[in-house]
Amino acid sequence: MSRQVTLLGARSDIALACAHEFAAAGDLVTLAARRAETLTADARDIELRHGGTVTLREFDALAPDHAEFVAGADLPDVVICAVGLLGDQTSDERDAAAASAVFRTNFEGPALALAAYANAMEARGSGVIVGISSVAGDRGRATNYIYGSAKAGFTAYLSGLRNRLAKTGVHVVTVKPGFVATQMTEHLDLPDKLTAQPAEIGRAVKTAVERRKDVIYVRGVWRLIMGIIRAIPERVFKKLSI
Amino acid sequence: MRRDVSGWGRFPRIEAEVARPRDEASLRDLLGRGPVIARGNGRSYGDSAAQPKGTVDMRGFARMLEFDATTGVLTAEAGVILGDVIAAFLPRGWFPPVTPGTKFVTLGGMIAADVHGKNHRRDGSFGRHLAWVDVMGPDGTVTRAAPGDELFAMTVGGMGLTGVILRCAVRLMPVTTGWIRQEMHVTPDLDAAMQVFEAAQSQYAVAWFDCLGRGASLGRSLVMLGDHAAVADLPAARQARPFEVPLRRRKSVPLDVPGGALNRHTIRAFNAVYHAANARKAGASLVDWDRYFYPLDAVQDWNRIYGRKGFAQYQVVLPLASARAGLAALLDTIAKAGQGSFLAVLKRLGPQDSRLSFPMEGYTLALDFPARASALALLDRLDRITLDHGGRYYLAKDARVSAETLHRADPRVPDFRAARVAQNMAGFASAQSERLGL
Ligand SMILES: Cc1cc2nc3c(=O)[nH]c(=O)nc-3n(C[C@H](O)[C@H](O)[C@H](O)COP(=O)(O)OP(=O)(O)OC[C@H]3O[C@@H](n4cnc5c(N)ncnc54)[C@H](O)[C@@H]3O)c2cc1C
Ligand SMILES: NC(=O)c1ccc[n+]([C@@H]2O[C@H](COP(=O)([O-])OP(=O)(O)OC[C@H]3O[C@@H](n4cnc5c(N)ncnc54)[C@H](OP(=O)(O)O)[C@@H]3O)[C@@H](O)[C@H]2O)c1
Repeated sequence: MSRQVTLLGARSDIALACAHEFAAAGDLVTLAARRAETLTADARDIELRHGGTVTLREFDALAPDHAEFVAGADLPDVVICAVGLLGDQTSDERDAAAASAVFRTNFEGPALALAAYANAMEARGSGVIVGISSVAGDRGRATNYIYGSAKAGFTAYLSGLRNRLAKTGVHVVTVKPGFVATQMTEHLDLPDKLTAQPAEIGRAVKTAVERRKDVIYVRGVWRLIMGIIRAIPERVFKKLSI
Repeated sequence: MRRDVSGWGRFPRIEAEVARPRDEASLRDLLGRGPVIARGNGRSYGDSAAQPKGTVDMRGFARMLEFDATTGVLTAEAGVILGDVIAAFLPRGWFPPVTPGTKFVTLGGMIAADVHGKNHRRDGSFGRHLAWVDVMGPDGTVTRAAPGDELFAMTVGGMGLTGVILRCAVRLMPVTTGWIRQEMHVTPDLDAAMQVFEAAQSQYAVAWFDCLGRGASLGRSLVMLGDHAAVADLPAARQARPFEVPLRRRKSVPLDVPGGALNRHTIRAFNAVYHAANARKAGASLVDWDRYFYPLDAVQDWNRIYGRKGFAQYQVVLPLASARAGLAALLDTIAKAGQGSFLAVLKRLGPQDSRLSFPMEGYTLALDFPARASALALLDRLDRITLDHGGRYYLAKDARVSAETLHRADPRVPDFRAARVAQNMAGFASAQSERLGL
């Protein structure tokens, strides 16, 4: 049976990789993004490779009313939110408006959008909600705590949502990528061994949806790395530069 | 961003400023500020796809744009990977009309190197199957070039030196199954192998060579002929799903093999085992498309078996008239030096008229050598044999030939260079083109 899968923030390389992965399995994909018309060629590409029809929808995670957006189309079986903004830690420390955009884009926007889906799916009694958070939310570090703290908020939100919906048939997946080679990280020099390609995230997300996983790390080694980083006592941690 | 880039041979390694644009506007911004070269999936062996001052990774342009199910014409961006084309269209009965020995190449790289397959004699090179290409020129304007146009002729086989290929339309070839009817001939020597090639009626033909054999076994080889199988050729159980083939598990080479592991003894042993194993399969068999066309793709990163220093491939084509003598001299010299690799491949190419493309009527030999001084010195000796026999070099494989040798081997080079200058294309330059004065 083909599923309906909606991607929020669909221009993201990670979202597009997820879209390909689900479409390849015969699912019907909706790409929701700002300036959705710029995704026409990507939609056609998915159709040509995998068959099926791809739908485009205009979506802004910071829009005031997501319930209206959710009500505007058939409620999908799976919704995946890849909206995010890395920002520039150093300059954002002195630029409240920029920092606020990072907080809102990584936490408030995704949380409120998924809240609208959660309510509709809860009423229906089925669905899977996937939030792409980040290992950066596992512990605040000097080099990325503005982004990291917003992701920490989103991670906690997804955890609470999962807890709330556990008895309803609606499942919530938290995805914590480590480094991924995407547009977001293009300017960074990432270590090969720890850096996933978007397609790896796509495959991992699809598996997590099908196996009803709660929290996944991609690549898996990040679970270990973050376990160690979280275990360092604060009085030691505060003096480290990692 | 500055990164170390190298080709499939991992030799040479070049520190280069690499950008990965995603749209025409950001690509255009990269032009006109200094030398740039486009890069596909880095499956050329040497320094063709690297420019220290500006290497443009085209894998951000990887969308399929249109497909005409009646003509088989696929329109796609240059960064689309060939393997993805097969994955999408083989189940619908279409296969690439020409394919190299790996499916991990981009369409742009296939056009720029004007790649040839095991069917060159019958079907020509990749360029023959293109309806048009879109090329971004030095000033950022995009021109659609079709067969007959000067820009098309120069771009196909032009190694990225005429501009950046953005899109193309390629005619795929109809097939009815995902299988190849293979006929394997075990031949004792070079003459026998060449006889099989000359007599072959099949669409595909390739020979695998033991280049360490000596005396009587000089040129001992397996010649593999092949044709696309029809549904009726398949076992009954497969006829209902003719495009389905057994899954292949990808193995990988996790670490660089220490430099010495691949020496003449291991190569000789490998060759003997390979030869014996395959000799048992002599005759006819059915082989799926993946194992037939891409046997090495099963081992991810197999280029690491040559160790950190990497390796160089030597691929030349010798014209028909002098091929026999030239091949014998090359093989003899390699055997005496005991330096050959287990990857020695012989193909028969058909006639081709082109501005810079590699193929011409004759025989092409390709083999790998570890990039160490003794092997590189041997390659210089092979150059003399190649020149003496009127041979020509495949730029997509080259990492080390000298400008002087190339210019002597290929009289088209100065004309190509002059046309580039006249058309203001000299800003497209790779480490290779700078080394070779292309
Ligand atoms: C295992 C193996 C087997 C092979 N077998 C064969 C074979 O049988 N026959 C054969 O012909 N070749 C063969 N090759 C070589 C390979 O097909 C070519 O080198 C091909 O060009 C690689 O494509 P790529 O996308 O990796 O290009 P790259 O290696 O990244 O680039 C190759 C050239 O293409 C240019 N280029 C790439 N993209 C563009 C673009 N968008 N616009 C303009 N220029 C561009 C680059 O500037 C460079 O000059 C083989 C290679 C390997 C590794
Ligand atoms: N790359 C990594 O290393 C990495 C690691 C861990 C987690 N992640 C997370 O993975 C997710 C996907 O990121 P990515 O790496 O694919 O990077 P990306 O390409 O930058 O994706 C982020 C996407 O969010 C969209 N977006 C931002 N604000 C929006 C808004 N108000 N409304 C709608 N969409 C909005 C952007 O769309 P526009 O194009 O319209 O701006 C962009 O497509 C993000 O949540 C990111 O934080 C990434």
